[in-house]
Amino acid sequence: MSGTFFLDDQEIPFREGQTVLEAALAAGRFIPHLCWRPELEPHSSCRLCTVLISGRPFSACTQPAMKGQRVVCDTPQLKDLRKAVTQMLFVEGNHFCPACERSGSCRLQAAAYHLGMQDSHFPHQFPVRERDSSHPEVNLDRDRCIRCELCVRASRQLDGKNVFGIHGRGVTSRLEVNAPSGLLRDTAIAAEDQAVAFCPTGALTVKRRGFELPIGERRFDRSDLATEVLEAFAAKEARHG
Amino acid sequence: MAERLRVATCSLAGCFGCHMSLLDLDERLLGLLEVVEFDASPLNDLKRIRRPADLGLVEGGVCNAENVRVLREFRSHCRVLVAVGECAITGGIPSMRNGFTLKQCLEEAFIRGQGTENAHIPDDPEIPLLLNKVRPLHHIVKVDHYLPGCPPAPDAFWHFLTALVAGQDPSLPKELIRFD
Repeated sequence: MSGTFFLDDQEIPFREGQTVLEAALAAGRFIPHLCWRPELEPHSSCRLCTVLISGRPFSACTQPAMKGQRVVCDTPQLKDLRKAVTQMLFVEGNHFCPACERSGSCRLQAAAYHLGMQDSHFPHQFPVRERDSSHPEVNLDRDRCIRCELCVRASRQLDGKNVFGIHGRGVTSRLEVNAPSGLLRDTAIAAEDQAVAFCPTGALTVKRRGFELPIGERRFDRSDLATEVLEAFAAKEARHG
Repeated sequence: MAERLRVATCSLAGCFGCHMSLLDLDERLLGLLEVVEFDASPLNDLKRIRRPADLGLVEGGVCNAENVRVLREFRSHCRVLVAVGECAITGGIPSMRNGFTLKQCLEEAFIRGQGTENAHIPDDPEIPLLLNKVRPLHHIVKVDHYLPGCPPAPDAFWHFLTALVAGQDPSLPKELIRFD
């Protein structure tokens, strides 16, 4: 099925099999998201892409586009909800932006900027989480992990390695490394893996490259998350048709 | 001339970087002083708020009992209280000690520290008691506005203060929101 649907007041065309998010991005409309990438199966866990269809909340990254569907996206209530979800991601972890080498190229931070987040609103949890610096090239800092599973999916679907998994449920769930020792040094992960590249925060970083680009000259120091995502999506569509 | 806005400022568990950034308004400070006057502030070295202020700018998180006292004093004497900078808003760099116990921190600094002589943990009653965790301001008092950045850029201060003086919404435009 193809046709058009309405995103707020804009008519959006879609192709067979496209989700609301994919069709919106293809039409140049940004819907905020953190756990979705065009190369991977959707996961629908960050809930930033929540939209209303017939008054009910759906995640745009998993909802198939349907003919004549009316999708509500840019309302003050939904913007507040997205901001609150982002604030929760911040207070659940330990996101010390001024001390993080990913600052300025971090998608969590960029989402916060995009959503106009100026405070944490909720009490900070200051959880105690283990760091894994055992690998010679790749560092895992769980303080910065938002459990979006991009690394889990990228490692399985793109790298063919299955290095990561999520253990536990809810606020106590954590990113685990698939090795008897539980350490990155005992896995096949490499610095050039998509699992590392796709980490939206500084949870997975390549060692000794953190400051190749100075703070202030990084991707989201210069442009908004929406611009970056739309440009990247358009470039990918142009490549693959 | 209409009565100027009374502003008090302080730095708790911060590095004074936010105050430095405020001073980086440079010549715009002269224009600002036409519409605001400073009460207690490290900038004029007045230690206590003399009479109720319109605006309190608080830099830094809360790491000890003295910080709690000053913060509460600011809250009760300032009509509008602003958390300025990452430490005030999130705990910031000082809150990186929250993953350790206070005992571990003190022993690392005063017992095992390199070149330590006569190693002991300072216990002079004049030294404010440390809290077990460094906290952002909103854990302790109601905060009215937040000015993010490490430090907030002078332009962010300018946008915020001029909007507030004009009685407008002081929310920052996207391009002035930075956490680093």
